[in-house]
Parts: sequence; structure tokens; C-alpha cells
Amino acid sequence: MTDFKLPSLGADMDQGKLLEWKVKPGDAVRRGQVVALVDTSKAAVEVEIWHDGVVQELITKPGETIPVGTVMARLAAPGEAVATALRRPASPAARKRAHELDVDIEKVAGTGPHGAVTLEDIDKAAVKPAAAAAPDRQAEMRKAIAAAMSRSKREIPHYYLSEAIPLHRALDHLARANAARPVTGRVLIGALQLKAVALTLRQFPDLNGFWRDGAFRSGAGIHVGVAISLRQGGLVAPAIHDVDRLGLEELMRALADLVKRARAGSLRSSEMSDPTITVTALGEQGVEAVFGVIYPPQVALVGFGRIAERALAEDGALRAAPVVTATLSGDHRASDGHRGARFLAALREQLQRPEEL
Amino acid sequence: MKTSYREAMRAALREALAADPRVFLMGEDVGKYGGSYAVSKGLLEEFGPERVRDTPLSELAFVGAGIGAALGGMRPIVEVMTVNFSLLALDQIVNTASLYRHMSGGQFSVPLVIRMATGAGRQIAAQHSHSLENWYAHVPGLKVLAPATVEDARGMLAPALADPDPVVIFEHAQLYNMEGELPEPWTRDIRSAAVRKQGSAVSLITYGGSLPKTFAAAELLAKDGIDAEVVDLRVLRPLDDATIMASVAKCRRAVIIDEGWKTGSLAAEVMARIVEQAFYELDAPLARVCSEEVPMPYARHMEEAALPQPAKIVAAAKGLLR
Repeated sequence: MTDFKLPSLGADMDQGKLLEWKVKPGDAVRRGQVVALVDTSKAAVEVEIWHDGVVQELITKPGETIPVGTVMARLAAPGEAVATALRRPASPAARKRAHELDVDIEKVAGTGPHGAVTLEDIDKAAVKPAAAAAPDRQAEMRKAIAAAMSRSKREIPHYYLSEAIPLHRALDHLARANAARPVTGRVLIGALQLKAVALTLRQFPDLNGFWRDGAFRSGAGIHVGVAISLRQGGLVAPAIHDVDRLGLEELMRALADLVKRARAGSLRSSEMSDPTITVTALGEQGVEAVFGVIYPPQVALVGFGRIAERALAEDGALRAAPVVTATLSGDHRASDGHRGARFLAALREQLQRPEEL
Repeated sequence: MKTSYREAMRAALREALAADPRVFLMGEDVGKYGGSYAVSKGLLEEFGPERVRDTPLSELAFVGAGIGAALGGMRPIVEVMTVNFSLLALDQIVNTASLYRHMSGGQFSVPLVIRMATGAGRQIAAQHSHSLENWYAHVPGLKVLAPATVEDARGMLAPALADPDPVVIFEHAQLYNMEGELPEPWTRDIRSAAVRKQGSAVSLITYGGSLPKTFAAAELLAKDGIDAEVVDLRVLRPLDDATIMASVAKCRRAVIIDEGWKTGSLAAEVMARIVEQAFYELDAPLARVCSEEVPMPYARHMEEAALPQPAKIVAAAKGLLR
């Protein structure tokens, strides 16, 4: 038997509200399967499970707010004897009313004899969504960002580096490759930058990971958190997993999907909890350079400013070329400026060899 | 007018004897002794030995004589001292009275009224404490009444006598001394159940001698803020399904209180009908409070423990609410 606990989905999360179970007792679940929808201050997150098994018991009831680490459900290991999953006891009248009001009886906590769901329980459940919609997501998100960023600036001694990186080779390469791709399959420079960061990080594992309990721990993979600003204000930085191992087109699809889901407020728990570094790109509307605040417990943040035409001296000649200013915000506890500088230089060189990306 | 159940029943008998010369009362000790429960006291003097007749101690014989008299055009009221002794007349009641209309192809009916005392609670031990109303309520061809109030003691006899088929009236022995207000006019209905107390949280469905206990339970529940409805079945055959279902649909929970033993009880029949007809109205399992399935003990404390009591009814009702 294993316990399924509410995972921390980010440094700024200490509790969550269960919105919905996606499984019921008796269901077989596989590692990575989404089992619950949990409301954090930032988003309604699809929480994944990290063990194969059979759901034995759902402990947390939808609507409950619980601290991180609370046992939400119990799982029987595959092959372990499972108590027969009983149908949730509910009175006939409650079942009828649930059907009429389109309430999922499996998700209603029973207060009747033997814990049975009663008419009153159904009526309460039926009116709940309206009442639950009240919390002000924007205010909550502002609070969460304030907490995380304050902690970052309080605890992390930042150092900042910047480097102008010519992108004419990368953009030319991309234009050629995109010409062969259907319009919907075109790869944007943002994906190329992400891939370049990830590949470069292979040589700089000391920038990819977490500062925890007074020591650096390198990440298990290169999971790049992508800062995504939300239309209603605020931002999230969910991870794309193993970016260094994704093909460009694959990465582009993952990026588009992530942005779409982040804005729809349906992210997965691993995306929230796994980023080993964050990349923020201000894009065409942005300014020349961004010096970001590291998202704890990560130890580095890479920023890309606006791509703009600049005078570029190269091979003894002066020409106009697209240039981006890349920046690194580093945690001085985990790395030094010298090391960070070598990373930015390596990133610059990597972007001159776009065919490798 | 305030009166006792016994006096109300006697007034009904007197009215019947006075109203119709075909009516006569017959049974053990109904004449000189005035009835085992003193219901017919004074009637012999008032109406004479032709119409208030003491019989030998043979239930089979005098119930059979009552059937014969009914077939011959009379309107007999046969008093069987208690339901315990009616078992000796079962063949007459079940095999003859109830079936005559059918067996004669509709040529004959048996307009017979059989009254009998029923129930426990007076320390008269196992052989004299039965509640076998359900045995009679099982039989097509009979009507079975259970007056549980002064008003019904007064009002059910006349329509029973007017009925062309045999009617069995159960008078719970614990009720005879009960006093109550007799409304004017009193009801003469022998078709429907009655909601004795309106409520909303749980329907307490009962009949006969358990009605006062059920009222007591409803009062106890009210102290805990539980608004119980009390339904008096009154007519045990045919059951008034509409009144039962309306109450269950309103309260959505029901406890059936029945002094009969649980197995195969009238309570079981009521529960089965609720499940058949009002399943989707139920917001809790059904419950019942019946007599413990033992021969009725003689010792007072054990007899009390074996019978439905207000505390048991309260516990059963609360069990449905949480």
C-alpha cells in the first residue's frame, strides 16, 4: 500500500484545494496518469501520480483545502490484494436528485446513515460550484508571486551577466527549414533558443538544478521552465521536460501546447514542480534585455530580450544583423560569475551552429 | 366529549343494537359477565338475552354459528375474547367466512363482524399476548380494522356492520382504559389510514396498541428538533397505500412500528410496498420496530424489553437521520 500525497507544485505552494478526482476506488492507475485536479493559487493543476497501482481509497474530498504532504489517497501496488471497491452508498432519492441536477454522486461526501449520500448532500453539492467560483484568482496569483519573488530576493544572492548574440545564422537556418514545413508546423526562434539553452546546459550541470538545505543538487534532467505571461496578469513557468532530448519540431509543439494550457489554466503537476531552470523571453514587444529573478529553489534564469537589428562587426566588416541580448541571473551560492560567463559564451556559440539544434 | 375507548366501543355496540334488529352480539361472557374487558357491560340488561348471547367455550362453534346467522340474513357481531383464542376459529374465518362469496359464485356473502382483543403488555404471558393481526390481514376476502383511538372505537363498528363481507376488528387490550376526546361528528371511515400528527423529518407508521407509544416517541423526537409524522394505518386490509406513500414522499424516511414479531410482519408488508411504490423518494433505509422474536415473557421488565417502546422508536428514527 502506498500513500498518494499532495505534491508541492512550486516554491510558492503550501496548500491546495482538491477540485475533482479523475479516478475512483478500484481504478488501475499508471505512473504519470492524471488523477486529480487541484487548485493552487496559480492554476487548476492536473496532478499526476508517481506509482503504478490500484486506487484503494480516496481520502480527500472535493472542495477540501489541504496542506502539501497530506495523504490524499491510498494505492494498492499492482497485484496487492484490493478490498472490493464498494459503490458509494446513496439513498434512492439522492441518486434520483443527483441525476436530475447532473451532480456526480461519486464526488459527494455523504452525511447520512452509514455515510450514505442524502438528498441534502446532493442539494448542497449542486449549489457549491457557484459559491466556489468566488476566490479571486488574480489576487491569489499576485500573492503567490509576491511570496516567491520576495523569498528569492531575500535568500538568493543574484549575479547578472549579459551577452549580445548574433542570430542571423540561426534565423537563416530556421527560414530555410521552415520553408519545407507546413505553415502550422513552423518552428519559431523561441523554440530554437530553448533548445540552445538546454544543449548548453549539458556542459553546465551546476546551473541546472536546485539549492536545497544549504547545498546544490543537480536536476535529474534538463526540464526548462518557460515563463508564460497570462492574459489576466501574472505568470507561470511550467516545465517542458528533457528539452535537450527533444527534436525542434517536437519542442515547438510542446511549447505551443504548454502556452495554450497555461492560459487555459490546466497544467500538470509535474510541469509545475519539475523545472530545473527558467527561461524568460520577452519577445518582439519586449525591451533589449531582461535580468530576471530566479524562481527558488532553482539556481539560474536565462533571459532573452527583443531580437533587433544591430550593427555587427564580423570578419573585418560592419553589417546589420539581428541580435538578441541573452542574460543570465545566477545564484551565487551555487555558481560563480566566471562559470556563468562561460555558460553565456557557450550559448552564444551554440546559437551560431543552428544545424546542431 | 371526553370518553374512554371501552365506553366508545360500548356506545357503538349500543347504537348498532338499537338501530338494526338484525344485529346481535355473541361471545364468551359478553352477557352476564359484561364482557372480559367489560365492553358489553349493561347491554344484556338493555337488549335482553336474544340479542346479547353468552356462548359455550368453543370458538369454532360460535364463530361458525355467526357465519350461519349472517348467511341467514342476520348481522351478527361475534366477540372472540382474544386473538389468542381465535386460532381455534381460524378454519371458520379463513376457510369459510372469507371464501363464501367466491365459493358460491357470488350468490352468498357473509356480513359478519368479528371483534377480538389483541396484544401484550399486561403480564398475561406467552399464550395470551399475541399480536396476530397480520395473519388475518394476509387473507383476501377479509377486511381487517385496528381502531387505535376513541374516535375509531366509536366510529368503525357501524361501517363494518354495513359491509357485505366479513370484517375483523382488533381492539388492543391496552387501549380500553385510554381516554380521549370524541369529536362530533366522528369519522365512520373504514378505507383509509390517518395522519395523526403532521411532520416532515421521518414518518412513523403504526397501528393499534403501538399508536400511543409512537406519539410518545414523536414527542421525544420533537425535543431533539426532529419533526416526526405519525401515520395510523387504521385499516390493515386493504392497506391504504396512497396515504403511506404520501407520507413517505414527504418525509423520505420511515420507521414502521408493529407489535407483531418482525419476521413476516405487517411491518414487513408495509416496507415492501414502500420499496415497490416509493423507492426513489427514500433518503434513508427503512427501519422497523417490532416485538423481539421470543415467546412473550411474563416478567414485567422482560415483557417491556420484548415490546416496541418509545425509546426504541426514537433510536430507530435517529438511526435514519444520521
